[in-house]
Amino acid sequence: MDGRFDSGGGVITLSGMPRLLDQTLQRLDVGVDEREARLQLRRQIARLEAELGGLFAEAFGHTEVPHRIDSLATAPRVLDLGELEVVRDRLADRVAEARSALVERKRVEEENRELVERMLAAPQNFKWVQVSRQDLGLPGCGHWHSRPRLGPIGMLMGWWRVKVSSGCPLAGRLAAVEHEVPARQAEDAETREAGFCT
Amino acid sequence: MPAGAASERMGWVPPPRQGWVAPHIASEFPGLGIAWVEVEARPGRSSQAVRGRLRDLSDRTYGSQAIRLRERPIPWAYRVFFRQIGLDPDRTRTPVEQLTLDRLHDGGFRSHGLPADALNVAIVETGVALRAFDAEALEGGLCIRDTAPGESLPGGAAEMAGGTLAIADEARPIGLLFGPTGEGLGVEKATRRIAIAAVQVKGVPQIAVEEALWMAASTLEAA
Repeated sequence: MDGRFDSGGGVITLSGMPRLLDQTLQRLDVGVDEREARLQLRRQIARLEAELGGLFAEAFGHTEVPHRIDSLATAPRVLDLGELEVVRDRLADRVAEARSALVERKRVEEENRELVERMLAAPQNFKWVQVSRQDLGLPGCGHWHSRPRLGPIGMLMGWWRVKVSSGCPLAGRLAAVEHEVPARQAEDAETREAGFCT
Repeated sequence: MPAGAASERMGWVPPPRQGWVAPHIASEFPGLGIAWVEVEARPGRSSQAVRGRLRDLSDRTYGSQAIRLRERPIPWAYRVFFRQIGLDPDRTRTPVEQLTLDRLHDGGFRSHGLPADALNVAIVETGVALRAFDAEALEGGLCIRDTAPGESLPGGAAEMAGGTLAIADEARPIGLLFGPTGEGLGVEKATRRIAIAAVQVKGVPQIAVEEALWMAASTLEAA
């Protein structure tokens, strides 16, 4: 909100609040304990930072949440009331954005979960549709893929099914590939030594 | 020194000395503090034992821990303090976060020799922010205060803005709080006595500070 209406109907912007407060309090002859206000803002910053950290960790790997806040100073210093308010407000914005990003992500995951259920119930209605575990917010590899039995024959006959992939590639296969290259190089070297052209 | 004497000295560390915080800074940041220990040690290559410890630490540090780091109480406390003093902890990293990121980037905690390795082990184990200074270059005890207009770090070209939070000895600022160290005050080849300083912020328990200092100092003593 950019501003609020006072009782007289005029708009008072929030940025003008400290000045207004000063004027009012001067009239009332009341001192302002800014230090207490700063301490309060620092407590709020601590709470928001904890909340943002939790949301960041929860969202990591599922969706990106905005968590960056530009620094207000190039060197460490005691921030004044206004600057602390800026930090607090930006943190609150990030927390709100992170929360809505997570809610949106959960909604998409829930929709995908329902899609998988519908696919399993009637694969022929979802030809070639593929949903990964990541789309459902689940860890690991793998996907649900609606495809025809027996390839073209199944396509012609309308024999559709959902195939669940077997998960992540095995580490053993990757290791085998790594071993294959040096073995092939060694073989080539032996061939060269023997005087054959490859 | 005979081997027996060296092993007797292992683990013996002088008790930490508590520095002071300028009263107006302390009233703004309750819980802010600085403590340090001084040890007779020279910079140099880390021993096999220290390098082994870094390897063990590397094996115990995973990416998932890095993500959850900001939820742990001590790293969170430093992140909060960074926010409160105007720094962005995702740009100017807290010491433990920086080390964890380096671990993920490099595939392990690289050895940088002593005293850096001793400090890094203690920082990763405890989460407490540590700094090392040349103890012989310091004048008196350490403190945290804001700088006066016109003050600058030794060797620094530009003056620091008034009100900058700095670690200082009784004569001058020796380094920015969580920033660079003044020229000639860091640990260099000629250093024979090292001051290890821990910056404590609200939320960091005293016992963690003492443990961090003890860990770093005993690693240096044992080297």
